[in-house]
Amino acid sequence: MAVQRVKFYQTGSFAVGNRLLDPAMRSVQADRSRANAITSGHRACRGCGEALGARYVLDAAMRATGGKLVTVNATGCLEVFSTPYPESAWQVAWLHSLFGNAPAVAAGVAAALRAKGRTDIRVIGQAGDGGTVDIGFGCLSGLFERNDDVLFICYDNQGYMNTGVQRSGATPPAARTTTTPVEDEAPGNRFGQGKFVPFIAMAHEIPYVATATIADLRDLEAKVERAMQLRGARYLHVLVPCPLGWGTDASETIRIARLATESGLFPVFEAEHGEVTDVSPIRHRVPVEEYLRRQLRFRHLFEPTRREDLIARIQARADATILRFGLIAEKES
Amino acid sequence: MFQIRIHGRGGQGVVTAAELLSVAAFAEGRHAQAFPSFGSERTGAPVVAFCRIDDRPIRVREPVLEPDAVIVQDPTLLRPGLGVDVLAGLRPQGYLLVNTAATLDDLGLGAVAARLPYGHVATVPATAIARTHVGRPVPNAALLGAFAALTELMSIDSVAAAIAARFHGRLSDGNVAAARAAYEHVKGVRARASAA
Amino acid sequence: MALTVARCRPEVICAYPISPQTHIVEGLSALVAAGALTGCEFVNVESEFAALSVAIGASAAGARAYTATASQGLLFMAEALWNASGLGLPIVMTVANRAIGAPINIWNDHSDAMALRDCGWIQLYAQDNQEAADLHILAFRLAEELSVPVMVCMDGFVLTHAFEAIDVPDQERVDRYLPPYRPRQVLDPQAPVTIGAMVGPEAFTEVKYLAHQTQLRALTVIPRLAEEFATVFGRRCPSLVSPYRTEDADLVVVALGSVLGTLAETIDELRDEGRRVGALGITTFRPFPAEAVRAALRDGQRVIVLERAFSIGSGGVVSQDLRAALDGRDCPLSTVVAGLGGRPVTRPSLRRLITQAGSAPDGPTAVPPPLEFLDLDRELLVRGASVAARSAAERDERSLRNER
Repeated sequence: MAVQRVKFYQTGSFAVGNRLLDPAMRSVQADRSRANAITSGHRACRGCGEALGARYVLDAAMRATGGKLVTVNATGCLEVFSTPYPESAWQVAWLHSLFGNAPAVAAGVAAALRAKGRTDIRVIGQAGDGGTVDIGFGCLSGLFERNDDVLFICYDNQGYMNTGVQRSGATPPAARTTTTPVEDEAPGNRFGQGKFVPFIAMAHEIPYVATATIADLRDLEAKVERAMQLRGARYLHVLVPCPLGWGTDASETIRIARLATESGLFPVFEAEHGEVTDVSPIRHRVPVEEYLRRQLRFRHLFEPTRREDLIARIQARADATILRFGLIAEKES
Repeated sequence: MFQIRIHGRGGQGVVTAAELLSVAAFAEGRHAQAFPSFGSERTGAPVVAFCRIDDRPIRVREPVLEPDAVIVQDPTLLRPGLGVDVLAGLRPQGYLLVNTAATLDDLGLGAVAARLPYGHVATVPATAIARTHVGRPVPNAALLGAFAALTELMSIDSVAAAIAARFHGRLSDGNVAAARAAYEHVKGVRARASAA
Repeated sequence: MALTVARCRPEVICAYPISPQTHIVEGLSALVAAGALTGCEFVNVESEFAALSVAIGASAAGARAYTATASQGLLFMAEALWNASGLGLPIVMTVANRAIGAPINIWNDHSDAMALRDCGWIQLYAQDNQEAADLHILAFRLAEELSVPVMVCMDGFVLTHAFEAIDVPDQERVDRYLPPYRPRQVLDPQAPVTIGAMVGPEAFTEVKYLAHQTQLRALTVIPRLAEEFATVFGRRCPSLVSPYRTEDADLVVVALGSVLGTLAETIDELRDEGRRVGALGITTFRPFPAEAVRAALRDGQRVIVLERAFSIGSGGVVSQDLRAALDGRDCPLSTVVAGLGGRPVTRPSLRRLITQAGSAPDGPTAVPPPLEFLDLDRELLVRGASVAARSAAERDERSLRNER
């Protein structure tokens, strides 16, 4: 009997591990021989975005480097929930630095490997937004300036979640945290200058800068793979919602990340040597309200009275971001 | 001194429960102390909190090693192999309160309960009561009402007042209602048992 | 704690989150946001180094400044600590005592503040939350009177996260006790001064000598301020040392912080059994109250120093100061390190410690062992050693294989 190969196409699905995909296009997680760099048994909250992100990032990095990887981790949720003595969830070479020096410690590891002629072994430094945007900022800039051969990853959940949801330099405007409480005159976090570290990384003109979210995990993996093809300082900024800190249901983590991108608030793009090289266009644009009203940290924008002024300001930021990055195609069908 | 140890999981309001107990005791003119056994716990991980009540100032700071009462907010902690011995050090004349809709025998606590003085052990479906009155499965307030009924260590009114002061609006009313409902539940069970 | 600090009318508060200090800072943030604390700038900073730096700038510009930290955070601002004391800036800081990593440990011991005992800050240690509250008020007054920064130490989690009844002093009384900050030197365009010049070998010693003398003055100022506190607030405020049943004791346990509460309970129990034991709490650790300690102890008393930190490679920290203070006295001293990294110091352990010390085979005045660790888990040590040996063997085996 003649065999007719029939190709099935699955459209409109973000599903990872899609069996209709060519094996080569599937997620690393679909591979049974994946590294399981961070394996089960860790103590993350249910629905933790960072745990999900770290798993995808590190397994992708392990595949891209043939398992030749050393990881340096700053203090924070990821470090705390993965290494409760006497257990560790890590199955890779892993060093806990301090809170503010993960980039520098990673640079040190890279220097040592260079000195020993082992540049085949690659280095990842990782931290939360606190450890990257705030306390680790000086060291990060140093890493960029020296162009150390390190891929630095920021898992951005927009606050100091490990210590109980305090505000960081990455906390978005109007968000409620324990140090930006909601009062009439002070509705959550200020509308400050913001501190978008991907821009700052681009200003250093390092080989590779990218943003990603856990809503598009294949994209996240692809960016890790791309980063590992390059040498020098590379920076990856991953949006990872925190159900506890953001006040979302544990089952909504991925959806919230998607809404962050589809609203235009979080741009997903790649840049090399200071120039944007690719953007992920918004497929189905949503107003910021869609995103905000699902999170308790923004509940005060809607109850007891609707804060149209604040919502409008946030919308304006989203609009500006969309324009700046060209996130929506000129002709919308 | 009366020492209470509360076991539960992160997110169930274990720490708040201990604090509210201390506030209720304080309102009745007694000395009280509450503190958690803090870990790097995340939502869902085992949590322990302590409360001490006395008529003299309380000076000790050690964890409660020999509780006069144990409250179990989450019966899944009774499973062996979790490394949590919720009953460790429970005094022979102690009290045991378990949040469950099952019976003590179902939970394997029959023998333990038999060893404790009559009337010192109770179960209460606190999570269900909380869902009914508060709309959330957070059993701590209900358990405090049940605790008041079981031990008569403080009045239900003191417990209700402590809850009302801690929470606001609907949450406050709901939690107070849950506490009172659980109180009545335990009282009712005991009355029926005495009558039998 | 937040409420008490708020009533001290701070003008600039800055802090960076670190367990277990977060509650205090969050409370202050809420008070400022709600308008309950006016005339106060709450600054969210990007690190502890920034936090103390902001406080330094604020204090130099004439504002009453406050911050809080613990452990790693205290170390991260280490350079700024010396800077603040060197410049004579009356900053008050809460230190929620916590262990220092590696290995990372968020629980209570005194390693953090003890590690910075030389930096020129006054260090006060609270036994319970009432003392903690009261000491903050005294601290602002003390700092501003002497132009020396003060850290108020309170045990992390054990005190910071404990619920207990305290009397929060009312605003009126705090205002009576604590007048507005009048800086000794301030950045003022109308009367410009240079703060922070470079001092070479010709005068550095003298500057430090003066700093030392100023701290020593605190030994007379603190008791005076504590007395005044009692007058205003109607309650005893801790001063330099707090003796507990030491007068006729054969054995005195010296300690700092919350462990004194558990110790007092244990002592009462042992006293009921006929043992003559007492405790000496040290509230002011820097400057070290040598005179007060000497006055509280008498010849023939055996002393055990219960340390919540130690100097790795050497021994006790408080013990060193105590030995110096008791030089020439007949007070045999032994050091016990207890409760590192949050290991609870329990009544049974304390009881064992005291009864064993008292019944030393050669009598209570025999030469005690140099350094003991309370509740040392020897089994864990053995297991750890065997794991380490196994890892080393595996590593050697691997490298041998690689070489072939």
